[in-house]
Amino acid sequence: MRGEPILLSNTEEIPGRSIRSFHGVVSGSTVRAKHIGRDIMAGLKNLVGGELVGYTELLQEARQEALQRMIQEAQGAGANAVVNVRFQTSSVAQGAAELFAYGTAVTVD
Amino acid sequence: MEGVEAAAQALRVLLPVGLLLVGWGVGRAIERAHFRRLRLREIRWRRLPAVTITGAPDAARVERAGLVTGSVVISIDHWKRLVAWLRSLFGGRIRAYESLLERARREALLRMKESAAAAGYDCIVGVRLETARLANARSNGEGTAGVEVLAFGTGICRRA
Repeated sequence: MRGEPILLSNTEEIPGRSIRSFHGVVSGSTVRAKHIGRDIMAGLKNLVGGELVGYTELLQEARQEALQRMIQEAQGAGANAVVNVRFQTSSVAQGAAELFAYGTAVTVD
Repeated sequence: MEGVEAAAQALRVLLPVGLLLVGWGVGRAIERAHFRRLRLREIRWRRLPAVTITGAPDAARVERAGLVTGSVVISIDHWKRLVAWLRSLFGGRIRAYESLLERARREALLRMKESAAAAGYDCIVGVRLETARLANARSNGEGTAGVEVLAFGTGICRRA
């Protein structure tokens, strides 16, 4: 069972599989501060508007890390899938954001 | 000496006006180009439907499924920020922010579809959109004001 990639979905079940047992809520989070170099670029970009690519990447990496922590917790609980995954972002302070992912760890067949 | 001081004075007045004009001109061009690209990509990705319902159509044919995401951080230009601020004094509809959020949502949805296609999925169910305000621009114009839109859902791949 271990080593097999864990299945993720944000729906009530993994489509095409049936749930055998529940292991409870699992979550992962990370708090990131803005990088000064990226912030200078973003400050310039703020003048003309448009995508702040550095921030998009920063948040994507952080969200992947939060997901990874959630997956580790699920594997620790003996699950092979996490269903009903939700994401949350909150600005905890000026220049810092928390990325949070949570879901229900389950065993599917 | 007086000439230099007068020039400095003029610069202090003209610089913010110049930045506003740059924001207006370049910001508008960027926005138009973005909307044009969005339209073209949306037509291309019509073949990969994304729906908000959570049940998979033809559940029996589903081969594999997995989480897919798409996100973008986008910011408003200097000129629109001023217009929006003026608007907020009198109340009413702030179009500047409406178009910003529309661009962000459409872009996030398209990126989600693109990553689903890359993973070999042919349909996305349970689509959710989330918006997070990143930070405020401070009143002195420093700092970044951006919103992040995250689109996520469950990609499914069905047997033919």
